[in-house]
Amino acid sequence: MQTLRYLLRKEFLQVFRDRMMVTQLLLMPIIQLLLLGNAATFEVKTSRMYVVDRDHSETSRGLIDRMQASRRFNVVGASPSMDVANDWMLRRKTDVILSIPADLERDIVRTRNGAIQLILNAEDGAAAGVTQSYAAQIIGAYANELGAELMPKVSGHPIEVRARGWYNPDLDYRDYMVPGILVQLVTVVGTLMAAMNIVREKELGTLDQLSVTPLSQSTFMAAKLIPFWVIALVELTLGLLVARFVFHVPMLGSIALVFGAAAVYLIAALGIGLFISTLVDTQQQAMFVTFFIIMVYLLMSGLFTPVRSMPDWAQWMAQFNPVKHFIEIMRAVLLKGATPRDVARPIGILAVFGVVALTLAIREYGRRIG
Amino acid sequence: MNLNALRAFVVKELHHILRDRQTLTVLLMMPLVQVILFGYALRSDVRDIRMAIVDPTPDNATLELQSRFLSTMRFRIVATGQSTDIIEPLFRRDKADVALVFDPDFASHLRGTEPARLLIAIDASDPNTGTTYLNYTRAVIQAYQAELSAGSNQVRIVTETRMRFNPTLESVNLFVPGLIALVLVLVSALMTAISLSREKERGTMEVLLVSPLRPQQIIVGKVLPYLVLAFANVLTALLAAWAVFHVPFRGSVVLLLLESILYTLVSLALGVLVAAKTASQRAAMLTAMLATMLPNALLSGMIFPIASMPRWLLPVTYVVPARWFIVIARGIMLKGVGLGILWRETLVLSAMALLLLVAAMRSFKPRME
Amino acid sequence: MTAAAQINGFAIDAQNLTRRFGSFIAVDHITFDVKTGEVFGFLGANGAGKTTAIKMLVGLLAPSEGVAHVAGFDVHSQREQIRRNIGYMSQRFSLYADLTVRENIRLYGGIYGLPPAHIEERTKLMLDTLGLATNADDLVGKLPLGWKQKLAFSVALLHEPKIVFLDEPTGGVDPITRRQFWELIYAAAARGTTVFVTTHYMDEAEYCDRISIMVDGKIAALGTPTELKERFGADSVDDVFVRLARGAKKGEAA
Repeated sequence: MQTLRYLLRKEFLQVFRDRMMVTQLLLMPIIQLLLLGNAATFEVKTSRMYVVDRDHSETSRGLIDRMQASRRFNVVGASPSMDVANDWMLRRKTDVILSIPADLERDIVRTRNGAIQLILNAEDGAAAGVTQSYAAQIIGAYANELGAELMPKVSGHPIEVRARGWYNPDLDYRDYMVPGILVQLVTVVGTLMAAMNIVREKELGTLDQLSVTPLSQSTFMAAKLIPFWVIALVELTLGLLVARFVFHVPMLGSIALVFGAAAVYLIAALGIGLFISTLVDTQQQAMFVTFFIIMVYLLMSGLFTPVRSMPDWAQWMAQFNPVKHFIEIMRAVLLKGATPRDVARPIGILAVFGVVALTLAIREYGRRIG
Repeated sequence: MNLNALRAFVVKELHHILRDRQTLTVLLMMPLVQVILFGYALRSDVRDIRMAIVDPTPDNATLELQSRFLSTMRFRIVATGQSTDIIEPLFRRDKADVALVFDPDFASHLRGTEPARLLIAIDASDPNTGTTYLNYTRAVIQAYQAELSAGSNQVRIVTETRMRFNPTLESVNLFVPGLIALVLVLVSALMTAISLSREKERGTMEVLLVSPLRPQQIIVGKVLPYLVLAFANVLTALLAAWAVFHVPFRGSVVLLLLESILYTLVSLALGVLVAAKTASQRAAMLTAMLATMLPNALLSGMIFPIASMPRWLLPVTYVVPARWFIVIARGIMLKGVGLGILWRETLVLSAMALLLLVAAMRSFKPRME
Repeated sequence: MTAAAQINGFAIDAQNLTRRFGSFIAVDHITFDVKTGEVFGFLGANGAGKTTAIKMLVGLLAPSEGVAHVAGFDVHSQREQIRRNIGYMSQRFSLYADLTVRENIRLYGGIYGLPPAHIEERTKLMLDTLGLATNADDLVGKLPLGWKQKLAFSVALLHEPKIVFLDEPTGGVDPITRRQFWELIYAAAARGTTVFVTTHYMDEAEYCDRISIMVDGKIAALGTPTELKERFGADSVDDVFVRLARGAKKGEAA
């Protein structure tokens, strides 16, 4: 234990002596959280709409008015020519084209059925999907309005549907994304620092010196793990403060549970970094392997696209992704108020990861020095 | 004479890269693996919705509606109960996505004239997926209701929707340009940053700076091999996208490749600059990583639409090179447009390349003290 | 020290110690011993196998063949005990450049489990001896090379090891500092520490009690400097070395 204290002092001194590193470690992630937290949203506030109205009737104008009035759409141009509309879309000057055929009003009055065309720029798939559902709602409501006008109150069998979005009634995307992005930032910084650390001593030659001392392998690994573990937890704390006071992310569950899970998770994340560090020979390689792994972890963690939308094999692979489990825990505890029992399984999986990663790192280190 | 020196230097750089087989393999395989992996895995369509049913008074009508859900194949009923108490734990443990709560009088009201009440509770912690759940659920109920009220004279406006440039909203078509942008940044910015700062750390940079090589030549020598490598990555990534996922190439492939080189130059210059401004490999790498990975994924429009971001954030996205490259790549691949339309983005990238390269060259002037 | 080592009086004994890297034999069946309290010079051209041999003795490399004991402990099976009893200064500078002089000393003191008060005391003594008292809080990376080397040596002796291994400790150091460095070595030997030192400066070999000369992974000559000069009819160890090295297949003669 005594030895560990000396080693820890050394590691902390080395980190904090490099001013640039301290900035990078503590400040950059927070700035990134502030920026990225705002960027990560699928919400489409206003779409630019180009109208090709060939009907010029009260009905068609009514529809256009409803679109504009919803504030979801901003009519930026209109002409009877589809070619002009297409050109606008090609130049990214409009997101949606609403095309109304010449006999919309006549058809509705005669047959109660009308047809219109909506063309979306699907270059941005997510936005296009959202925009479409907004438009569909407005068109549906308008159709009901027209129905009521044409034939007051049909007796039927109305089903009154009420819908409630739990946990995030305002559908604020930031509530969902900020905890995930925070996990990512902590993971990137922590894993990377750990991965660079041992191999750096290898490159500088100080590792040989340590290897001929009576220092035990597990003390060595503990001295490498603990500083980054502490730094990552501090970072998480800062990040949670930003989440709470800047982004107003609800925190329904126990914060102690968040930190408990983080403590376990970080052992896994840093353990993987340390294992990489013992495997490679240069910092360049360490960075690369880490970058590759983190990128896979990041994109397959459910942060951006739901894990449950992935094909089965990818969902199976995701089980081996500690980032996925921790993001799940964070979201469940903060947004849904999950209890320790609710998240016992993912925490258990993380613990297994931590033990395996650390064991591998210690074994590999032992193999290298002897 | 100087050209020979430069050649010798480039050869040395190539040797460094080629000798490290492990890294080289990772470098060459990575884009391929990533395009294939993410092409299959990165999607946001909802295929499987887990539904909980709260039905205090089961009856033909409620069972009928439930069977409508099952027959869509998209819905799966994971729990049935009498009281709303079952919902909370299911949501918290992520065992259900939607709960359908029938009013106790649902069936009797349905036959009468009073409105039959139905509550849809969704797990909206993920607002995007949550909205999708809600839309699918509503659609099933509406279809059921339309059937019940068939014959009444409701007005219907049929909307024919066309998704231009990506009719099936295929995720892979949208992600490939973004992935290429990400991988290029990795290879170019990170590799140059770290290989330059390594020479600084080991003192070999001083040797180079006092040699007859000019600082510009040193940078060119450093950058050239990675440019070649990055270009190989573009080719393999595009090939995989085309062969495996049938991503369309509607525009000029030559233009796309030229634009990729331009974008790579920007990334390389960025790497050089990072190396010049940092003291150690560790710091260089951390800076390069933080400055490239998440911003390129989140601020570039690759995943989250730029249009959705708050207004004040837009100027920030302007400095992310990937933001411009993604517009260009999507434009060429999906829309089949050329420079006539993409000149603005190309101009921005060129200006960035120029600016960064000049800044990078200047930062490596040998210092007289 | 174990009973056996005390009886035979050897700090190190090696028999047929061998290390292969693939088909390349870096160290080829070397046999030698070092007496307790001796200053033993381990000479050879670059690439003759000195560093490989030293790495086997300190437990950084496993021998492919042969046996060796360091401080009475087996290099195959008792590495832990060996580590407790030796000091090592590697060819590459191995203190932390981004820590201060005092912090480096404290770290190694801690690693060897010295009590804090003892570390303080030794630090003060060491700084005074080396004339580094005013630089105690300077970063080690900022010190001149010669000072770094002397500091590294003193740190290797901090825990009063029975044997200290020095791998080319004076590389790149000016003659005056080299001289001072050897004074430190003698002082350590006078306190009873066995010194095992590799070098390719032949003048330094004259300072050793006994030397061995390695050529192509084998020990070509072993004895006191005087013995070797007589045996080869040479004026200096340098001459002896050049004669031996001429027959070498590999390695550039120094």
